Amino acid sequence: MASLHQFSVIKGSKVLMVGAGGIGCELLKTLALSGFQDIHIIDMDTIEVSNLNRQFLFRQSHVGQSKARVARDAVLKFRPEISITPYHANVKDPNFDVDFYKQFNVVLNGLDNLDARRHVNRLCLAADVPLVESGTTGFLGQVTVHVKGKTECYECQPKPAPKTYPVCTITSTPSKFVHCIVWAKELLFAKLFGDKNQENDLNVRSGDAASSSNHVEDVFERRNDEDIDQYGRRIYDHVFGYNIEMALSNEETWKNRNRPKPIYIRDSLHDEPTQQNGNVEKNGGTNDPSSVSAMASLGMKNPQDIWSLKENSKIFLEALKLFFLKREKEVGNLTFDKDDQLAVEFVTAAANIRASSFGIPLHSLFEAKGIAGNIVHAVATTNAIIAGLIVIEAIKVLQNDTKRYRMTYCLEHPSRKMLLMPVEPFEPNKSCYVCSETPLLLEINTHRSKLSEIIEKIVKPKLGMSAPIIMHGAEVLYETGDDLDEDLLASYAAVVDKVLSELNSPITGGSMLTVSDLYQELRCSINIKHREEFDEEKEPDGMVLSGWSQASVENDGNKSVDHNAGSTSESLTVETGKDSEEEIVPGKKRKLYEVSEDVTPSDAQEVRANKKLEVLDEDDDIVMLDGEDFGISKKKIQSQQP
Amino acid sequence: MDGEELTEQETALYDRQIRVWGADAQRRLSKAHILVYGLKGTVAEFCKNIVLAGVGSLTLVDDRVATEESLAANFLIPPDENVYGGKTLAELCCDSLKDFNPMVRVLVEKGDLLSFGVDFYSKFDVVVVCCSSLATKKLINAKCRKLSKRLAFYAVDCKDSCGEIFVDLQLHRYSKKKLEETIECELNYPSFEEAISVPWRTLPRRASKVYFAMRVLERFEEADGCKPGEISADDLPSVLKLKKELCESQSLSESHIPDGLLERLVTNGREFPPVCAIIGGILGQEVIKAISGKGDPLKNFFFFDAMDGKGVIEDVSSSNTGS
Repeated sequence: MASLHQFSVIKGSKVLMVGAGGIGCELLKTLALSGFQDIHIIDMDTIEVSNLNRQFLFRQSHVGQSKARVARDAVLKFRPEISITPYHANVKDPNFDVDFYKQFNVVLNGLDNLDARRHVNRLCLAADVPLVESGTTGFLGQVTVHVKGKTECYECQPKPAPKTYPVCTITSTPSKFVHCIVWAKELLFAKLFGDKNQENDLNVRSGDAASSSNHVEDVFERRNDEDIDQYGRRIYDHVFGYNIEMALSNEETWKNRNRPKPIYIRDSLHDEPTQQNGNVEKNGGTNDPSSVSAMASLGMKNPQDIWSLKENSKIFLEALKLFFLKREKEVGNLTFDKDDQLAVEFVTAAANIRASSFGIPLHSLFEAKGIAGNIVHAVATTNAIIAGLIVIEAIKVLQNDTKRYRMTYCLEHPSRKMLLMPVEPFEPNKSCYVCSETPLLLEINTHRSKLSEIIEKIVKPKLGMSAPIIMHGAEVLYETGDDLDEDLLASYAAVVDKVLSELNSPITGGSMLTVSDLYQELRCSINIKHREEFDEEKEPDGMVLSGWSQASVENDGNKSVDHNAGSTSESLTVETGKDSEEEIVPGKKRKLYEVSEDVTPSDAQEVRANKKLEVLDEDDDIVMLDGEDFGISKKKIQSQQP
Repeated sequence: MDGEELTEQETALYDRQIRVWGADAQRRLSKAHILVYGLKGTVAEFCKNIVLAGVGSLTLVDDRVATEESLAANFLIPPDENVYGGKTLAELCCDSLKDFNPMVRVLVEKGDLLSFGVDFYSKFDVVVVCCSSLATKKLINAKCRKLSKRLAFYAVDCKDSCGEIFVDLQLHRYSKKKLEETIECELNYPSFEEAISVPWRTLPRRASKVYFAMRVLERFEEADGCKPGEISADDLPSVLKLKKELCESQSLSESHIPDGLLERLVTNGREFPPVCAIIGGILGQEVIKAISGKGDPLKNFFFFDAMDGKGVIEDVSSSNTGS
């Protein structure tokens, strides 16, 4: 492998690394050791304590500094002669344009989110630079190769959507702990400490208010004569007691479900004095609002403990009180942050009390924090292995050794004796709207919908374009940019606010729009098809885009609560033999089928007609790949232990 | 499990990995003592992984002085001769590793590994030897097995694009999750000597070719008296001759050990850094599994070859052959 030819290929190459985190640290080290001499690295993040267990180029003293710069300095200590260029910047920054990408021989991704991955994929396609993509979660990982025209692009396959839950599951019928967490974080926490004007599905009416029709009082408003303890207890009784009673009165809901039990403060804290709760003064030592903790005031230390209902109730009241006493300035514009100790304490306690009501097992703060913050399970070893595999793939790309490109899965449990499983890459998806020129189809009511709806519901979220330019024939309908003059902006604003069929050149059935992005060099066409009616439940956008692939989302209601919008998973769609769906992103990539060793190719072909068989080497190793209906069936790799 | 709780500092530092293996495993890790011998690139990778994971202590044994070759795949040693001059590999790596995690004790033990007595080994829970001769592997493994306590033994090697891990956990009891249940399991491992004595013809037809190639090289080094890793292109004809003899005596078709594979391993025996990262990563994971008693450990060989990209487990033990 380390032949002379290969060495010269490495030495003369210029590579771009995107991400200097878990995979990035390992990758930069392995690239440097392997003889790469010109490496550029982009990362917008700064170093945090929870990075130090695996991002080995960083030390305690580096906390708060740029990952890209510190990583560079650390690697230069053992390879001072090479050139590493760090960028402490967002990869979506317009400076990193197509011309920037064109200077590199290969781009290596060690990213933690879908949005950035899509962005880099598009720029690599536009600049015609090969991309090696990667991801890890716990002991699982994968490396894939994307070379324009030769293998599929990163977006040829459906990608998992952020997990969402129907609103009614969250507000009325939780059955899992995660539902309680979403309720505590997205509804209760947001209502109490976030923007008061934001729409919220929490029931805010008290019994009295509902009866007097001309006076609707929001029970979350603190009354003038009310001290903070009284307020906390009133909120507690309202959300865990009164609201549950209200829900119980709807008999229909509970026909096939366990009835929840209302919880009032007088029951959960019955043997406690009514006023005094925690000792706020234990927090008195510092004035730093970020170190305020209800656990500290109550003398509770271990985040792994599962608190009793009584302890949760105390934490709930104490955390609420601390927000109003110690962090009053922030109340009204807080959003949940997993690194905000007090917020995590409040959400843990609230979720646990709600879980008690619904007979759902309680969880520790440590576990609740992981669920609420979508914290990715991460270890150094998997990142090191994946980084090694990325470098091997990068070298093949530099050698233009197309036949030996592989996607490799790193598994937790061996499959056909393999822990590292190579698979031949797929060909480009001919109907991929990103790497082919296949037009998309948008069904929409052209007599009712406006261009602004297409932008907000389709172009930005689904096509992942943040700076779109929309054209109808030769006419520019809409564009964004810093250098546009005010008149132009005003005219665009007027256009996007008009109904499609009433534009100067009307958009009707049969029209074609061209959408491109200022920074991604991606252009795609959308054919418009007029449709009168949409199903509010199933088609909540009021328009349907097809030819665009996103995995179907588990969602039985028309409205849903985003659990991990903007998720920061280091994971890609990882294939596993795991039985738990919770930890693994749903809507996976094409399934790999295991063929047991005694199945001959012809048998296998019969078993699954229409599928393509790949013979990887002269051995009778057969990995059967699902060629057509990707992402639909949910077969798993079967573990085979000898 | 009883024992002290993790400190706040530990919980903050190890947050992401506790989410993978649990607080209980983290506590066991913090009480484990590891010994490594042979500080080449693969072991440097392993040491980094295990120090980051938060073991109790790591003891390094390697009295060789640093040379340019020993720096090639080792990111723990600065290439400045003013820094590395005069120090042993163990001392140099120790300085760097200490820095990775202040909660782990990293120590150097001077002297010849083979001369250490049973008392010395009894201080450890895990022993890893790298790039060692056949005799060394057998002897250290045998010493580990003589102790009254159970000690995990690993032997690793990386040459060119290939890597090998051998595992001996003796009688290993562990738990694993199956669906919602936790089940208790037990595995019985052969020693290195027992494993390599398993007749080749009884191994599965598709057993890894790297396994056979590594055994040929091991035997060649032993017969020739050359140190591990000192084999060179000049030795290729003799190595190929030995392969032929071994295949004949073991009744194994010669096609199981391609000449091309032996040629690669002989002419370019240097470590290839990406393979070091992969083998060091798998080894780190396996040691964590062995210490925590959680999850299926591999039994008892692992091979990776960058040429085909496969990372394969082979069970080479007499009780398991012919199946």
